[in-house]
Amino acid sequence: MIPGSFAYHRPSSVQEAVALLADLGTEARALAGGHSLIPMMKLRLAAPDNLVDLAGIKELKSIRADGGDIVIGAMTTQHEVLASDLLTQKIPILRETALQIADPQVRYAGTLGGNVANGDPGNDMPAVMLCLGAAYQVTGKSGERRIAAREFYQGAYFTALEPGEILTAIRIRVPATGHGYGYEKLKRKIGDYATAAAAVVLTMTGGTVASCSIGLTNVAETPLWAEAAANILVGSSLNAATVKRAVAAAEAITAPATDSRGPAIYRTKMAGVMLARALAHARSRAS
Amino acid sequence: MAKIQIAMTVNGEAVEALAEPRTLLIHFLREQLNLTGPHIGCDTSHCGACTVDLDGKSMKSCTVFAVQASGAEIRTIEGMAAADGTLHALQEGFREMHGLQCGFCTPGMIVRAYRLLQENPNPTETEIRFGIAGNLCRCTGYQNIVKAIQYAAAKLNGVPLQEAAE
Repeated sequence: MIPGSFAYHRPSSVQEAVALLADLGTEARALAGGHSLIPMMKLRLAAPDNLVDLAGIKELKSIRADGGDIVIGAMTTQHEVLASDLLTQKIPILRETALQIADPQVRYAGTLGGNVANGDPGNDMPAVMLCLGAAYQVTGKSGERRIAAREFYQGAYFTALEPGEILTAIRIRVPATGHGYGYEKLKRKIGDYATAAAAVVLTMTGGTVASCSIGLTNVAETPLWAEAAANILVGSSLNAATVKRAVAAAEAITAPATDSRGPAIYRTKMAGVMLARALAHARSRAS
Repeated sequence: MAKIQIAMTVNGEAVEALAEPRTLLIHFLREQLNLTGPHIGCDTSHCGACTVDLDGKSMKSCTVFAVQASGAEIRTIEGMAAADGTLHALQEGFREMHGLQCGFCTPGMIVRAYRLLQENPNPTETEIRFGIAGNLCRCTGYQNIVKAIQYAAAKLNGVPLQEAAE
């Protein structure tokens, strides 16, 4: 399979990339790790006339602490997420999630920015970003702005990114020391998107849930932040009856498609099962 | 679209060739450089038969444009054996442990396993299986591929390996 023709650009700064995208118009696409876009181009489902490769922009590759936040450059690969001691120590759910994305080769290429900015509901990191309350830094011709992950996703492949804007960094408030976390993903095989997956971050005080946040992957046109389900759990001991009510509340906001991963009702139920497992896992890790 | 000059280092040799921006790295290697070791299997970034080592990373060369690899250092299966023909420990392992049947996946398996052992010289069986999860083999059931990689790890670490192929 051979993609359509395009002109290739390799800017060395964000400003240059943004100027290029503005000049080249709507048929130009930014290229990150390429492992979503290039397969689409090979299938001719995407046929950009210009590709602006972000790989030459050094400022997009960094992981740094900034006060109580960690700021991750958009071109940081999943492999680099796995290799980062800072992330493993401070936001370990990112490592747990990255390990469940695709396969080793794809993780060397695939980027965190591409994963969250593409708007593919099958991608794993968006639900984790909703769970963590992350913010996306984006830059366009008219300057920089910050968008909450929870307000970013509008539909399958539709996001709050304006034409010509690129996502430059992800800013995450470091969860409290001693927090519990879990990302549970049901998939048919290595490399598959989730049939359903759930992300949980919680804190416990004296045997009761002090705070809880839940994200769900691939059970709607967008990743889901299950706020009502999480609120049910706060103040509880995560006893079976309360977990059951929270699972029901999470299932209620899902709207999956019936596809090769199973009928919609099955995928909804699997979202509930993944949530129950992620809660149990998170609780066992909380201190 | 006009062709552009692409230069990279492949198996230790500086190479240069003209290609369109849309030329995939696998086509560049096979058709421009006549390196037909990396195979086109699924052509959809699943099977790993096209795996090459690119700047210290295992890459599915069917999902990278050659132009993205401009200036990169690449190693393919053709660059694994020594100049005098002595097999790399991994190649020897695949031969000794019957790590292949039809052989189609083998170049990708070996190049991937090379990077795996660079990063983790002493992997457990579980780590090997996780590390080659991006390479599909339709013949062997993987058992002897795992043993071939264990053979190579032992040899590179200077430890004798007793286990036989299944």
